Amino acid sequence: MSAAAVASPAAPRGERLYWALLVLPCLFLGLFYVVPVINVLVMSVTVPRVGLSNYADLAANPAVRRVLWTTIRIGALTTAITLLLGYIVAYALVHTSPRQRQTLLAIVVASFWISVLIRAFAWVAILQSAGLVNSVLMGLGLIDSPLQLVRNEVGVMIGMVHYMLPYAILPLYANMSGIDRSLVPAARALGATPAQAFRWVFLPMSLPGLIGAGIIVLIFSLGFYITPAILGGGKTIMVAEYISVQISETLRWGLAAMLATTLLVSVLLLVFWLSRFMDVEAALRK
Amino acid sequence: MKENLILSGIEKRYGDAVALQATDLEIKAGEFVTLLGPSGSGKTTILMSIAGFVPPSAGRILLDGQDVTGLPPERRNFGVVFQGYALFPHLTVNDNVGFPLRARGIRGAEAQRRIDTVLEMAQLGAFARRLPRQLSGGQQQRVALARALVFEPELLLLDEPLSALDRALRKDFQTEFKAIHRKVGTTFIYVTHDQEEALTMSDRIVILDRGRILQSAPPSELYERPATEFVARFLGKSNFLRGRITRVVEGGAELRCPALTSRVSIGRQDVPAIGASAIAALRPEKIKLHPSAVPADACSAKGQVVDITYLGSVIDVTLALADGTTLAATVPAGSIALAEGDTLVAAWASDAAILVEPDAERGA
Repeated sequence: MSAAAVASPAAPRGERLYWALLVLPCLFLGLFYVVPVINVLVMSVTVPRVGLSNYADLAANPAVRRVLWTTIRIGALTTAITLLLGYIVAYALVHTSPRQRQTLLAIVVASFWISVLIRAFAWVAILQSAGLVNSVLMGLGLIDSPLQLVRNEVGVMIGMVHYMLPYAILPLYANMSGIDRSLVPAARALGATPAQAFRWVFLPMSLPGLIGAGIIVLIFSLGFYITPAILGGGKTIMVAEYISVQISETLRWGLAAMLATTLLVSVLLLVFWLSRFMDVEAALRK
Repeated sequence: MKENLILSGIEKRYGDAVALQATDLEIKAGEFVTLLGPSGSGKTTILMSIAGFVPPSAGRILLDGQDVTGLPPERRNFGVVFQGYALFPHLTVNDNVGFPLRARGIRGAEAQRRIDTVLEMAQLGAFARRLPRQLSGGQQQRVALARALVFEPELLLLDEPLSALDRALRKDFQTEFKAIHRKVGTTFIYVTHDQEEALTMSDRIVILDRGRILQSAPPSELYERPATEFVARFLGKSNFLRGRITRVVEGGAELRCPALTSRVSIGRQDVPAIGASAIAALRPEKIKLHPSAVPADACSAKGQVVDITYLGSVIDVTLALADGTTLAATVPAGSIALAEGDTLVAAWASDAAILVEPDAERGA
């Protein structure tokens, strides 16, 4: 009797066990996640009456359009600023000495431990009219009256960029660590200036990292709730906060469901579209 | 093509550690010079100083009379082939080779003509559209070489370019590098720790150890007349006869060792004082073995065969001498009947052993 013959009846039993272990989490997810999501999708075309009237609001309702436009604008700007700052930090991380790298990484990771709520209120304290930034600037005589840094889009974006930075830095850092350190010197030896070596060699090679980090940051940014709610001061309203208002205050559940569905579908389409670039890039690197 | 490169007193220190002691080196236009040495000998430091990546702590680098010491790498116009090739993984072979032209603002048909020419020379015409990862190691090596030559640099710097290839391929490339060097006429500065590569390709070999140049000479001179014990040991095999000078004669001296007395040629050393301790290098292939009789006018030592290694065309024989030291001889296969335990006479011509400078104490 070979070992395989002895082992073969055990294999299906082992496999059955794996599936059995999966049943509970699947059941949990199905009951408390998938069903409610489907419920939301259904609600968006059935409440208050059957039809696409909720979706017509996307074009017809100025308030909805304004909220969507604000969300897209803030999401895109936050992503752009976060990627730029994150790229600089990741670049420094890769090129600095191992000891400084440890310190820098610790600082980056430490910000994960502070709750988003605390961070939002901290920013209010720092950015408000009598806050640290304004009092320093006024103390130095650089400005006469306090700058409006909070309860507007500027404040929202500062808070969001701050929250999103580690999510951009870590994937960028992982990507840049994989770039062969001899390539930029090789480009220099072959006649490229430092700027050309960066543009023609380092930047294209870090593009997969940029796309990956960009997707993560953009998706998070579109669904931000607490940070814009606190730092926007009710004036800058993004879609997540608007949905919450429709559900808990104005009770227009159909409209809220429609917006939630729109957000979900847009993000899925975005990921699907960007993942096509990612696959090409990933294939190139293998 | 008349540039020559002069390194004048260049030196590299990292804090207290000296990577390269003050070094002078002149390289003629069109020369194929190999910097040969073990790791940590300073050979790569010299190469990277020439390339512009390692600023020397002191000294100057002159190209055709122009001081280039402070120039950044991209303004030196030297081709560099890196150890791991450093091909750009996101660019095709064609674009990798075209990179130096792009950096120099050469585009379009003129760029393509030059790329095609050099790809042809490197036998890469069929691979122009491939990415580096789709090529074998040998092909990647050719791309690196083509890329470093496409802009017709004044100098080609090669940093252990064959270290990643297998032995058969390395041999092919040695022939090919020589042919390409003849064809393009550019000065080649080649860094390696492989003595065979150095011997087969170079016009001149510069031997380095622990941050300084020990000897710089054409391969045959280096082999025949090594200046130091280290050079004799590092390049080929050598026996070392250690003893005292008993007599100085025209063009040579007499060295008395515990088990033998040999005439030695003075080589590159100063004429030694009588009574001074000295070391002579004796190549194994200069030694002939005889059953008993010794030809007149030859130096000799009697020894017992302790090891025989058959190598095809030749046989390596190790003899134990009376004082317990050993003498290695390489003799043509079939030239003498050999068996372990035999007592034989080793003989060599009076100018075969050559005085060398003893190694300084290591780790001082």
